[in-house]
Amino acid sequence: MLIKKPATIKSSEITDEAIYLRRREFLQTSAGLGLLPFVKTAAAKTGASLQHVKNAKLSSSEKPTAYESITSYNNFYEFGTDKESPAKYANRLTTEPWSIVIDGAVNKPGRYQLEDILKPHTLEERIYRLRCVERWSMVVPWIGFSLADLIKRFEPTSKAKYVQFTTLYRPKEMIGQQRGVLNWPYVEGLRMDEAMHPLTMLAVGLYGKVMPNQNGAPIRLVVPWKYGYKSIKSIVKISFTEQEPPTTWNLSAPSEYGFYSNVNPQVDHPRWSQRKERRIGEFLRRDTLMFNGYADEVAHLYKGMDLRKYY
Amino acid sequence: MTPDSAKLLQRIGTPLVFTLSLLPFILLVLQLLTDALGANPIEAFIRHNGEWGLRFLLLTLTMTPLRYVLKQSWPLRYRRMLGLFAFFYVCIHLSSYIVLDQFFDWAEIWADILKRPFITVGMTAFLLLIPLVVTSNKMMMKRLGRNWQRLHRLVYVIAVCAVLHYFWLVKADLYWPTVYAVLLLALFTIRIAKSHAQRTRIS
Repeated sequence: MLIKKPATIKSSEITDEAIYLRRREFLQTSAGLGLLPFVKTAAAKTGASLQHVKNAKLSSSEKPTAYESITSYNNFYEFGTDKESPAKYANRLTTEPWSIVIDGAVNKPGRYQLEDILKPHTLEERIYRLRCVERWSMVVPWIGFSLADLIKRFEPTSKAKYVQFTTLYRPKEMIGQQRGVLNWPYVEGLRMDEAMHPLTMLAVGLYGKVMPNQNGAPIRLVVPWKYGYKSIKSIVKISFTEQEPPTTWNLSAPSEYGFYSNVNPQVDHPRWSQRKERRIGEFLRRDTLMFNGYADEVAHLYKGMDLRKYY
Repeated sequence: MTPDSAKLLQRIGTPLVFTLSLLPFILLVLQLLTDALGANPIEAFIRHNGEWGLRFLLLTLTMTPLRYVLKQSWPLRYRRMLGLFAFFYVCIHLSSYIVLDQFFDWAEIWADILKRPFITVGMTAFLLLIPLVVTSNKMMMKRLGRNWQRLHRLVYVIAVCAVLHYFWLVKADLYWPTVYAVLLLALFTIRIAKSHAQRTRIS
């Protein structure tokens, strides 16, 4: 039948019973060591302002889409498949504490607390165009920093050809994961040179404020020249791999969503044209630009590649 | 049903069903005008009208089985009106795609019809509805005689096209298309069971 059965909890997700039974002991020890304040971090709440500098060089001069639209019209299937569900249900997501596992071909693997990951980075505001594969687009003032700066800190080895990202899997809070609409957890990937490109960023906020949950709190990827689904949300794992990593939409419909997923008006989605898009808030559709208007910056990454084949 | 209540139903039934059927459209227009359809109002307006078209198509197809189940003839009185409302919502759906979505970009619309299976099948459903609408009045019913019913069996093809149209446009979540497919299948099953029972009785 077409309705798939919801994915079950993987055994790796289940806390070992011995550890579970000792959970109070863990809390007592943490409290004793004075660690508890760090478990409940000082990281800001949704709506709180984030200190940042403006990066005009990498920013579009277009008028940003209304905050209300950016935060109420979302594709975040972890909270439901329609556009309104994420804004409705994402408040159930606990984003503190938050840690990210770094592993694979890297010199400094480990599990890092989000605060420690963010500490050395200066937050910048970058106004990027966002083009969804469904033919709508927005202009978003993201707050974040270059992914390249983070990658350098963990020292990937020469074997690291790709970077894979994984979204949190927590069906109790991410209620969309209770149905097997996609293969959970959501995974995405970039080629190393794409990941190291100065436009590629990790965002922790928008419009100068802490990232709303429905937009991928507490930390998400933003790759402005690719269709929106490449910009994976609520990241808990970054792995460095030698092989091209699997990506969720490609697993779901390989003929429709490729690994690269660069915005390209000349290559149609098998079921619809990609020539035009509706900018949210506008009436007439506008032409979609090659690489979403970032061709000057990124076209060289794909020199010699047949973009019809590597869609 | 007492004769009195039957009479009352007859008198208020038609205007009541008419008003109720128009209500979704009025609400959608109001929501469109008051900016209450979310961040992408055009997409929402097109989609909701399409959904209502499909719902009215299924409602129209429910009237005949309802007559068997209730053993009363009144559902048949509303069949034509519901069918015409299905056409009404499909027309709004299609014209808002042409005007609001494509803004008369005929080359693009034509390419859509030829290249996109979900639009091809949707357009087929629309075109097939036209002869049914044209022959929906009493005069045509009389003139066509037995052929009228044959012609109007096209509605089954139309309903299948409409459900396919829905299936092929969604990205990954097939829940609602499946719900409509199951409903349609149930309506077909009742009809087939009924006609089978009739045939057995005759033989």
